[in-house]
Amino acid sequence: MSDVAALEQPIAPLPEEGIGSGAVAGRSPWELAARRLLRNRVAMAALGLFVLIVLVSLAAPLYAEHIAHTDPFVPNLNGTTEVDGKQVPIMQQGGGALKLGVTPIGPTWHSNFFLGADNQGRDVMARVLYGGRSSLLIGIGSALICGLVAVIVGLLAGFFGGLTDTVLSRTLDVIWAFPVYLLAISIATVLITQGLSVGPFSISASSLWLPTLIIAVVYVPYVARPVRGSVLSVREKEFIDAAIAQGASNTRLMLSEILPNVISVVIVLLPLMIATTILTESALSFLTIGVQPPQASWGTVISDGQQLLYTRPWVAIAPGIMIVLTVLSLNVLGDGIRDALDPRAKRRIGRKAKA
Amino acid sequence: MSSRRSILIGVLALTVMAAGCGGGSSSTSGSSGGSSSASSTGGGGKGGTFTILANSNWGTADPAKNYTLQEWQLLILTHDGLVGFKRAGGTEGTKIVADLATEVPQPTDGGKTWTFTLRPGIKYSDGTDLKASDFQRVFLRQFTVPGPANGFYEPIVGAAECLKSPKTCDLSKGIVTDDQAGTVTFHLTAPDPEFLDKLGLPFAFAVPGNTPLKDTGNNPPPGTGPYMWDHYDPNQGAKLVRNPYFKEWSADAQPNGNPDVIEYKFGLTVEAEVTEVENGTADWVFDPPPADRLNEISTKYADQAHVNPLTADYYMALNVNVPPFNNLQARQAANFAADRAAYVKIYGGPSLAQPSCQVLPPNFPGYEPYCPYTTNPGDGQWHGPDIAKAKQLVEQSGTKGAKVAVVGTTDEVGKALTEQVVADLNAIGYKATAKLLAGGVQYAYIQNSDNKVQVGYSQWYQDYPAASDFLNILLGCGSFHPHSDASPNISGFCDQTIQDKMDQALKLGLTDPAGANKLWAEVDHDVTDQAAWITMFNPKLIDFLSKRVTGYQFSPQWYFLIAQASVQ
Repeated sequence: MSDVAALEQPIAPLPEEGIGSGAVAGRSPWELAARRLLRNRVAMAALGLFVLIVLVSLAAPLYAEHIAHTDPFVPNLNGTTEVDGKQVPIMQQGGGALKLGVTPIGPTWHSNFFLGADNQGRDVMARVLYGGRSSLLIGIGSALICGLVAVIVGLLAGFFGGLTDTVLSRTLDVIWAFPVYLLAISIATVLITQGLSVGPFSISASSLWLPTLIIAVVYVPYVARPVRGSVLSVREKEFIDAAIAQGASNTRLMLSEILPNVISVVIVLLPLMIATTILTESALSFLTIGVQPPQASWGTVISDGQQLLYTRPWVAIAPGIMIVLTVLSLNVLGDGIRDALDPRAKRRIGRKAKA
Repeated sequence: MSSRRSILIGVLALTVMAAGCGGGSSSTSGSSGGSSSASSTGGGGKGGTFTILANSNWGTADPAKNYTLQEWQLLILTHDGLVGFKRAGGTEGTKIVADLATEVPQPTDGGKTWTFTLRPGIKYSDGTDLKASDFQRVFLRQFTVPGPANGFYEPIVGAAECLKSPKTCDLSKGIVTDDQAGTVTFHLTAPDPEFLDKLGLPFAFAVPGNTPLKDTGNNPPPGTGPYMWDHYDPNQGAKLVRNPYFKEWSADAQPNGNPDVIEYKFGLTVEAEVTEVENGTADWVFDPPPADRLNEISTKYADQAHVNPLTADYYMALNVNVPPFNNLQARQAANFAADRAAYVKIYGGPSLAQPSCQVLPPNFPGYEPYCPYTTNPGDGQWHGPDIAKAKQLVEQSGTKGAKVAVVGTTDEVGKALTEQVVADLNAIGYKATAKLLAGGVQYAYIQNSDNKVQVGYSQWYQDYPAASDFLNILLGCGSFHPHSDASPNISGFCDQTIQDKMDQALKLGLTDPAGANKLWAEVDHDVTDQAAWITMFNPKLIDFLSKRVTGYQFSPQWYFLIAQASVQ
């Protein structure tokens, strides 16, 4: 009961002026949701963490130029760096009788090579920060594109029904039928050789747009389906009949009447989608079919560190930690947004958990 | 890393052999290279089980079909050819010796007829007698199974038709056998000085005459060697046990083995394999040890590791038919800019690779050190990139600012080498980018001229010790097949003057191998001057063995001679 009470609390906050004191300032559902979200400390902490990660990633060029003094995109196998006042090679020849192997320098915990170097002598810290830019850009970009396409598809399918719904829904079913990663890997493997050319539009194989679009496409059904379901429900409401009676066009019905009532579905899903798309991007890049060299993403840095796990584990661990923190913060934030926009959902979840 | 050894990268285009192999040098007389630092850690007795760990299996076990070093190292213990490479370490291991045949014959009919006489009394591991007519079956299977490099045997009369129409393959005129006399006679359409080398490969190993004309999969047919197959399960492993019918007839060609049992286990990660060998629970890691275990091996287990140079090249093929590298100065500029010290570091440092500018590897027939693309040239060695010279050549070529895509592979070494070459090209004024593809896709992609690949990363390991196996196959006019995925001349290089010299060397090889090798050395220097490749380095190989293994030997042809080692 206490949970329910807490949830109910923000829904009906009576103004201090009271009913009898004059005009009552109405609050929109969005404002109420924002208030609920702001009161959710865990969600706010998650938001803070995510914003921090974004800011740190955006500062990558500043870090590389002014702190690490390095170009993290150019191999530096013959270079040296200063450690404790001495110049030491970045790639260190193996010892012993056979002098086998070359090992990159480990973490110096100083400005240069703070987390050490990768197998091409590049500053790992700088690459992790640059990797964040790519991973976040692709993650957010693909989630937004996915959301936009899904809203359009879901609106059209749900509103028009009939043949339109059949064609669009079956198309979504076809995409849905493939395991997400299998589909993404298949598309990426094909496109990575030549890039993508559609009419006048051309995307090179090394462009970040390629993984962004691939990831966006494979997740469209996962957002479009709930949107379509909401549209099917909303279009049966009385206010839609009223709008139709007033002569509203289909476009106006969709954009002005239905869309505002289903957009919360997308908003709730968006942080979770970003988290998912970041994971997918990392997986594709780890398999070398996502972000192409010399650009970095968290997935490519982990891939670079895979062969160094035994001697230089930080190369793989650092981007791994960044992925965990980002995905965790987005998932917690997503839960907070869901609770804020649809408190009854949390109540339902709470009851299920108790049962 | 494992693919470097699990597959003999010499995936030879069948048509190349037809186009290019008109004559050449015979390795019967020995190769001109030096020792490959084959080492021995003392003798040992017979008996015991030699346990090998590998990350993955080798696919089909049929000797007609398999083209991997991994299984070839076992097939040479279970099967024999008419002739074989001497089972010895160092350059001795490149010599052709008589195996099932009583002697290595001299060709007749101007090099077009070879007659072998079988040793009497040899039996297969199932107890049946070896017959001359079995070799009809061996070569028929090359075209019906079919073998992955059956172009090797195209010079045999009738083989060209078999390549086109395997179902109606008839080699009766090309291979004449007499079971009573025990003779096998090959009739060739043209002299082939490398014919003996090709007969020494597992594709030509004897199998019973009733062996099916299809891939036998996981059940290799019986052989005549000192071991026989107990089982091969691609998911678990393989086991060789002693062949009860084997009696040693030539210690040079097929010596009896030391271990009683040779066992392969599949499926562990390479890291786990190294740990098992360190702990003494297995005897040999087939896969190259991972980069981040090398220092540990070098410092703690140096006496258990053996490093040997390989007759192989790692290189970037420059497409001579597509800008900007259709310009000689641009190609030479790329070669001057190549930071071969960096390439060597990527592969594991100077202990594991040697920088190179030329096509033929050291210790190989026709090899004479040559490196014009270096600071302080003249001694044949590479000393460092000459960026100033490279920039000057780029300016002169008028290709400055050209976009260049370097197509590499996604494995650790391929990716790093590709990125380093991209950096090297950018340093002299090109706008280079990397394009990484999975190994299997990439090799076919860079060969096909339709893809207009400007720079393609590749490797080449010898099939047998002959200069033409590098020069003619990789840079001969006959090995460039436009619009085909099987065009090992990735650069599309064809210089008629150089090709004429290659043809001359091939012909000379039949009568004057030493003279032919001198000619091959000239060809090697000529193609290096034409800069169709950026040759990066010649790799070396680490064999990591358990403490209980003694008697290590390394053959340039078969690498670690497993059965000649002993387990205590």
